[in-house]
Amino acid sequence: MPIRWKNYKVSGFYDELLRSTSRTRDWARPLCRFFSALNDQELLERKTAAELAIRSMGITFTVYSEEEGGSIDRTWPFDIIPRVITKVEWDRIEQGLKQRVRALNLLIDDLYHKQKIIKDGVLPGELIADSENFRPQCVGVKPPGGIWAHICGSDLVRDKDGTVYVLEDNLRVPSGVSYMLENRAVMKRIFPELFEHYSIEPVDDYPTQLHQCLASMSPRKQSFPEIVVLTPGIYNSAYFEHSYLAQQMGAELVEGADLLVGDDDCVYMRTVQGPARVDVIYRRIDDLFLDPEAFNPDSMLGVPGLMRAWTRGKVALVNAPGAGVADDKVIYAFVPKAINYYLGEQPLIANVPTYLCTDKKEREYVLANLDKLVVKAANESGGYGMLVGPQASQAERNKFAQLIRRRPRNYIAQPLLTLSTTPTLVDSHAEPRHLDLRPFILSGKDTYVTTGGLTRVALKKGSTVVNSSQGGGSKDTWIIDTEAR
Amino acid sequence: MLSRVAQRIYWLARYLERAENTARMVNVNAHLLLDLPKKLPLGWAPLIEITGSTELFSDCFAEANERNVVRFLIADPRNSGCLLNSLSAARENARTIRDIIPREGWEIINALYLDTRAALPGALAQKRRFAFLRSVMGDIQRLNGLFAGSMLRDAGYSFLRMGRNLERADMATRMVDVRSENLLLEGSEELLPFERIQWMSVLQSLSAYQSYIQKVQGPVRRRAAVRFLLQDPDFPRAFLHCSEQVKACLQTLPNNDAPVRFVNRISRIRRARPDEMSAKQLHDYIDRLQLNLARLDSLIAKTYFAYD
Repeated sequence: MPIRWKNYKVSGFYDELLRSTSRTRDWARPLCRFFSALNDQELLERKTAAELAIRSMGITFTVYSEEEGGSIDRTWPFDIIPRVITKVEWDRIEQGLKQRVRALNLLIDDLYHKQKIIKDGVLPGELIADSENFRPQCVGVKPPGGIWAHICGSDLVRDKDGTVYVLEDNLRVPSGVSYMLENRAVMKRIFPELFEHYSIEPVDDYPTQLHQCLASMSPRKQSFPEIVVLTPGIYNSAYFEHSYLAQQMGAELVEGADLLVGDDDCVYMRTVQGPARVDVIYRRIDDLFLDPEAFNPDSMLGVPGLMRAWTRGKVALVNAPGAGVADDKVIYAFVPKAINYYLGEQPLIANVPTYLCTDKKEREYVLANLDKLVVKAANESGGYGMLVGPQASQAERNKFAQLIRRRPRNYIAQPLLTLSTTPTLVDSHAEPRHLDLRPFILSGKDTYVTTGGLTRVALKKGSTVVNSSQGGGSKDTWIIDTEAR
Repeated sequence: MLSRVAQRIYWLARYLERAENTARMVNVNAHLLLDLPKKLPLGWAPLIEITGSTELFSDCFAEANERNVVRFLIADPRNSGCLLNSLSAARENARTIRDIIPREGWEIINALYLDTRAALPGALAQKRRFAFLRSVMGDIQRLNGLFAGSMLRDAGYSFLRMGRNLERADMATRMVDVRSENLLLEGSEELLPFERIQWMSVLQSLSAYQSYIQKVQGPVRRRAAVRFLLQDPDFPRAFLHCSEQVKACLQTLPNNDAPVRFVNRISRIRRARPDEMSAKQLHDYIDRLQLNLARLDSLIAKTYFAYD
């Protein structure tokens, strides 16, 4: 059966394309009509063509599997019905993201210097003292422009009334942007005619913008600074992205063993011509593995002396070490206050209401309402270390209650949002599936926000877990100008 | 070019060449044995000697019969130099330089390893083995053609050619060494008629038979064959040709003084008379050649891959 919009049930959720069952949003009408005009055979052909394109373009993510002989590349799960946001709405979101990242950078810089925000009583000092991602090694360091989080991936979700919230900020090594770019490339190959119906904002400016952002951080002022992408290696789940971005920017893709820090505290890469000076390192390795001299002494991934080179201003590290202090989920709760404190502005995009388990009253509330709340560990990502109260068993809730009592600093709780849905192809008809959006914000000399971002969709019915490692898929994300003709 | 990338290209080429050589050697030996009287002392043991793994082999197997030797050379995980391990190592080297080698190249290497692994050990059955090994060789030759037809002639390509040529030079010396020892059957009237087909098979093991016939234009004889395999400047798997290729590659690279000087020393082989040497002399001479190849390999590593 082909797609019949009258069979597509919209109930209890905000749907991105349909106002209610069988009633598409005005600007989504040509899109919906296009898909319902395809018969089963045609739908299947397009779907197969997309899968073929993904395989032949080599778009993969890596999963470690013991029985299949080490790590294997999985092809990227992709849904052919795009996710659409109007430009009018997107412009507002973009402003909100810029505002947020500006405040986040000011916050991080403050935390590693005077800590005014703590002295002024806005942020409790003990939260920083107990933070796993606060790096004492970074205190007093002045990265160029006071920027710590050059690349930020903030996850946005939409609740049932249509309000957009920031769910979390990823300030360490956010990934996914290569899939945003490749999703568009696949869509253009498979559905060229759709791009004639709509005025869709392009996304492919990102590698150039990233290159400019990185170049603007170079400690040596020269027209062609040496930029490298530092990867943990082929067994990392995001290796595809590392090599993709390096290739797109014309930067070298290096591993820790390719770099060394000289007696002059400068960083060099080992080439067949001998050592060559490196100016900017876009590192995709976690803080603690960056430099065995400063952090984890057992790290085989990092470069001994790298922190020394960075603190002396001989090399730029992007993102800066220690930037993760602000993507702690407890600190997240204070971001709206930080926006107000540093910028004197009201946040343009709201936070999801968050209960802090360090606060006695809020903790009591959380413990009494575990069946209604989502509990998250402060420093986990990728959907790990999480309790979805309403879907969990009593035993799981008891386990989390114990964890919270033992280490309240490690947990926050939020009401369960009813994430919005969007039509997703299941066999040859469309069903609503929950989704989120990860835009990427670059902060260098200028600030840049991707047009849209990476839409991740939970392919399992009713599920809200969108991570690709746990059965999530993705969609091309369109920002459409509804006024353009 | 990053040292690591250069190193991986170099080893990619070495492992591919090694896999091809192993496959060819097994096929040629099987054909040779069909033509020889059963009472000849030859058989499969020389192949273990050629690959320099006598000790490891005797730890694993009691008898050097066809089944054991073939399994050991092609598919035994205990033998790090076996064909399957060479393909696996080639694949691991290729994996991280997918952006440097042609994209189809990675796909062929990946499929070659996966298909070979899936086909073993079933494909070792006598009646299927020949076709199986020939298709492995065919895939590797296809790769070499693809590299030649689409890679930039830059430092990376020089490292690829160096790896391939060093591996070839190494194989030529091993083959000549072991075979001259086994085949020096002087005085054995009874076996003389077989000398010629044995040296033909040595040449075939190095894809040299046709070229030899064209160039030498005489019957296959031990002396001429040794000279051809070690000293011919034009045959691509002859020792001298390979060392000259390595030199040409080095001349495209920076900081090449020491390695080029060393290759010049190696190329002095062109003035040697290996064909006039006694068995013992030849053996010692080849020992020195192999030592020099090992030194050249570490000199290249020290100059270009130095990880401190």
